[in-house]
Amino acid sequence: MEIWDHFRHFVASVAAWFTTAANWKGPSGIPELVWRQTELSLVVVVGAILIGGGIGLVLGHTGRGGLVAVNAANAARAVPSLALLTLFAIVPWISLKWGGFLAAFLALVVLAIPPILTNTFVGMREVDAEVRDAAKAMGLTGGQVLRSVELPLAIPFLMAGIRTASIEVVATSTLAAYVSYTDLGTPVISGLNTNNTVEAFAGALLVAALAAVVALGFGVLQRILTPIPLRRTMPRGLGAATRREAPALA
Amino acid sequence: MGAAQPFFQWSYVTGQWSQISSDLLQHISLSLLALGFGLCLSVPLALLAWRYRVLRPPVFGIASSLYIIPSLALFAILGPITGYVASYPTAEIALVGYTLLILIWNTVAGLDAVPADAREAATAMGYSRRAALVRVELPLALPYVFAGLRVAAATVIGLVTVTALIGLGGLGQQITYGFNIGYYTPIIVGLVLSVVLAALCDLLIVAAQRLAVPWSRSSHRTQVR
Repeated sequence: MEIWDHFRHFVASVAAWFTTAANWKGPSGIPELVWRQTELSLVVVVGAILIGGGIGLVLGHTGRGGLVAVNAANAARAVPSLALLTLFAIVPWISLKWGGFLAAFLALVVLAIPPILTNTFVGMREVDAEVRDAAKAMGLTGGQVLRSVELPLAIPFLMAGIRTASIEVVATSTLAAYVSYTDLGTPVISGLNTNNTVEAFAGALLVAALAAVVALGFGVLQRILTPIPLRRTMPRGLGAATRREAPALA
Repeated sequence: MGAAQPFFQWSYVTGQWSQISSDLLQHISLSLLALGFGLCLSVPLALLAWRYRVLRPPVFGIASSLYIIPSLALFAILGPITGYVASYPTAEIALVGYTLLILIWNTVAGLDAVPADAREAATAMGYSRRAALVRVELPLALPYVFAGLRVAAATVIGLVTVTALIGLGGLGQQITYGFNIGYYTPIIVGLVLSVVLAALCDLLIVAAQRLAVPWSRSSHRTQVR
């Protein structure tokens, strides 16, 4: 029963890591690491919504640049995030700015823009042409059509894009710990580097929990923010997305 | 490395080609293994989930969970379970895990999308349940499976680089090498080759789809995201 003993010892060590008071205090304590990862991800997603969502709204409203907008998300998927992170991290005037925040921010924002842009564009184009025409016939200006007709109808798509981007960003900010930043990825990376499997495992559990909270939280948020008449077509939760939207996960 | 290093140096590529090509080969083998295992696992799982609705929540639940956990965390979680961290099993279990949701999702969506007419025609022609599945429903679902395969391939090829942090990595080794000595060129080599690899793989899958499903003009929208 050697394996069983080994397993029990490992679980006990992980539990001990979580109950060690030192791991909950100070600049490398769990609450601080969770906050740093959340802070970075929030700033990145807001930046990506402003840039990607803005471009998507303009392109979708005018109907131009569709090919680029639709393929952006797929093309970006192939770019290894580790390459972007390391590249920004060794540029001399970026690398150490704001405790490594800037390098991580730039790399992550590049990742987060395409899914938001693509989904916003697709959502805008999915708006029924007759609805748009009716709005114009009622005398709404271009800006009013965008604000009070197209945008509300595109919200389910926009939210799917934001959810995809957020889950991706939270996951990838773990890798930022490898290059410049300090967050929940830090215990994982340092654990892997020093062969401390307990530290790596405990950190990984926290990362997984944070990712799950974000993924599930968005399911709820998406539902709340969707105009009530559109709710019937909304996905019910993880793995239950509608066919059109698909599981928007990392 | 000086502060004013050029952004890209060809001399590195020509001088280190043997290392670069062996990293590229490892990248290809890690990706192909993951996609192969992923397909072999997902198609039967998708068939089960499609045929028996009670199995949908557990199948999609497990696949979604594997998909949500960030890759680095999954390596660290699997490390103690597979015994040693820097190993093909650790990397492959994680990489296959990421393909499952995408492939199962698309296969089930494809089977769901088979027109009822086609199913009824098969029944009317005397096909058994199984024969209809193999000769009518699965072929009609193929465009969806291919769409899923394209997404899965792009995802896996990008994710393989992360395995550099557990001692594998394929082209990810170029990236970590460049980072460790503060040298742009290897990072760009890793980035560009991995994007090119993903693009080539996508073209191959599209070509395979043309051969396998001549009646579809690959116009089916990619199903996942």
